[in-house]
Amino acid sequence: MDQWLQALGKGGLSFFERLGRGNVFLLRTLTGLPSAMGHFRLVIQQLHSVGVLSIQIIGVSGLTVGMVLGLQMYNTLVDFGAEDSLGPVVALSLVRELGPVLAALLFAGRAGSALTAEIGLMKATEQLSGMEMMAVDPIKRVIAPRFVAGFISMPLLAAIFSAVGILGSYFVGIGLLGVDSGAFWSQMQSKVDLMEDVVNGVIKSVVFGFVATWIAVFEGYDAVPTTEGVSRATTRTVVHTAFAVLGLDFVLTAMMFGED
Amino acid sequence: MVKQRQIEVLVGGFIAIGIAALVMLAMKVSNISAFTEHEGYEVVAKFNNIGGLKAKAPVTMAGVHVGRVVGVDFDQDAYKAVVRLRILPKFDRIPVDTSAGIFTSGVLGESYVGLEAGAEEEYLRAGSEITLTQSAMVLENLIGKFLFDKAAGDDSSKNDEF
Amino acid sequence: MANASKDEVLVRIRGLHFSHGPRVILDGIDVDIRRGSVATIMGPSGTGKTTLLRLIGGQLKPDAGTVEVDGQNVASLSRGELFQLRKRMGMMFQTGALFTDLTVFDNVAFPLREHTDLPESMIRDLVIIKLNAVGLRGARDLMPSELSGGMARRVALARAISLDPMMIMYDEPFTGQDPITVGVIMQLIRRLNDNMGLTSVIVSHDVAEVSAISDQICLLSGGKVVADGSPRDLRESQSAWAKQFLNAEPDGPVPFHYPAKDYRDDLFGERD
Repeated sequence: MDQWLQALGKGGLSFFERLGRGNVFLLRTLTGLPSAMGHFRLVIQQLHSVGVLSIQIIGVSGLTVGMVLGLQMYNTLVDFGAEDSLGPVVALSLVRELGPVLAALLFAGRAGSALTAEIGLMKATEQLSGMEMMAVDPIKRVIAPRFVAGFISMPLLAAIFSAVGILGSYFVGIGLLGVDSGAFWSQMQSKVDLMEDVVNGVIKSVVFGFVATWIAVFEGYDAVPTTEGVSRATTRTVVHTAFAVLGLDFVLTAMMFGED
Repeated sequence: MVKQRQIEVLVGGFIAIGIAALVMLAMKVSNISAFTEHEGYEVVAKFNNIGGLKAKAPVTMAGVHVGRVVGVDFDQDAYKAVVRLRILPKFDRIPVDTSAGIFTSGVLGESYVGLEAGAEEEYLRAGSEITLTQSAMVLENLIGKFLFDKAAGDDSSKNDEF
Repeated sequence: MANASKDEVLVRIRGLHFSHGPRVILDGIDVDIRRGSVATIMGPSGTGKTTLLRLIGGQLKPDAGTVEVDGQNVASLSRGELFQLRKRMGMMFQTGALFTDLTVFDNVAFPLREHTDLPESMIRDLVIIKLNAVGLRGARDLMPSELSGGMARRVALARAISLDPMMIMYDEPFTGQDPITVGVIMQLIRRLNDNMGLTSVIVSHDVAEVSAISDQICLLSGGKVVADGSPRDLRESQSAWAKQFLNAEPDGPVPFHYPAKDYRDDLFGERD
């Protein structure tokens, strides 16, 4: 019992210690943002490695998820003669939930882990130390541009995911299953609300982008500077981002769509 | 430097695709007209029962979207539901004796307000009231009524069927 | 500052204590490094040589004692003042620490671009001069991954001198290099030091190489300075530490055996 409590206390303390370090780190990063905007070339480079290189996985996943949703929903809806509702059902699930959440999870796997590994290796090979010794703050030069890029990319990737997904379900629904194209779009437009659904979805993806990028750059910066430390940090990025995104999604959903 | 240029082009493309996706979600997927429908004029209609009608439900005439429900209230004096409808400004020649009914699209569909044009030469203006109203058909009432009629009918037609 | 610059001693360390958690790494160190000299800090692995460099560079803060560089107490400087001081210090890391996403040219140009507003044409000329000084003018378009370990260190050296600093710190510059590269780096350190009027601080345990180019050798062990003086002083020193280290004797004050109970007991005594 004693040992159990001790383990719990130790775990709790180290958790809060990390959380505190993460917050201090976040503050330092945020104060570094103005200078990152000054070096906009760096941000563009990071937009390339964080955003452009994630398009492929986001596009393919969005298309597949949309097509599968189209097929599955059609099979259920057709029993009620409500196959015209395919558009709104698919659009709502993508725009409100699947788009932001799945895009964030894929983002953690593709871009977040890469960010952690890159920063962790820069730390392990003393590049960050070297920068500091050259009187250049690595938080401003290395971390802040990556943070900005992740923060900008995530909502765009989530929007691409949802849009491609809706197109995927359109192809399946109209091309394969013979749903009426007019009904598909007009039903969708009458059910999907710009503020309630689309903007809330975008807000979610902005929050997820913030958290996912924060976790990724923090894990990299905080990694134990060895090969093993970096690989552990990369794993932690993916796992922690998944927990954070799923937990936050529940909270945000309750806040946004809870009262009606 | 060529590489930097290439990166810039790709990033530009990425941002363009992302914004295009956002625009598609706003314009094609959702109804952006929810924003523009602050224009137009408002009329009220009182119903005995509005069923499941909610704000933002469409208002149609002959099946064409002409406006939207902007608010639902209850009149304590008349014990009636007061529904405020906002009609798009281009539909400015709707007769004052137009009747309003609450219908449901399909069995599981959403409630909407359907307008049936009258014959008067005078047209609805902001603040007008639509007096001829037909309440929502509440499914439970309909089923109850149907069963009641059926039971009553069965009694009288028993001999014919067997 | 005016007084300080006349001072013969560039780096003055007094009563320096530093511990990492419960482990005491530096336990009261006094060292003076004179301007224009090549000073080497030697000692067995794990005696805090690199830690000492980081304390001089202000990346770590001492638990007690002071490190003065050019008359300024490093630990008491604000971040801005520390960065000003660091612009006058170069550091060459063990692995070179080149930025892997930049070419050799851009690596050397990095401090210039960050800290000066020089036009690009002048930066180009400066970078080529620095690269020429380390003999790698022709490698300017290579990426760090295409360099051998020795070349990477030379590029790092070119980068460290790009802002014409007053001192350079070398962290294990010879480790893991072939004899030719070691010779090249040794010669570079001494030549740059004399030609550019630098002060060099080297952390190393390569006795022969370091003795050949150093003016001063400071031997650390167990967190204390056990010998300090010119290479000749050290060779003539009667200190058991210095003898063991300089002659590479396997046993001595630094024991061959990890602390253990008596060998005979271990073999024939009671088993646990």
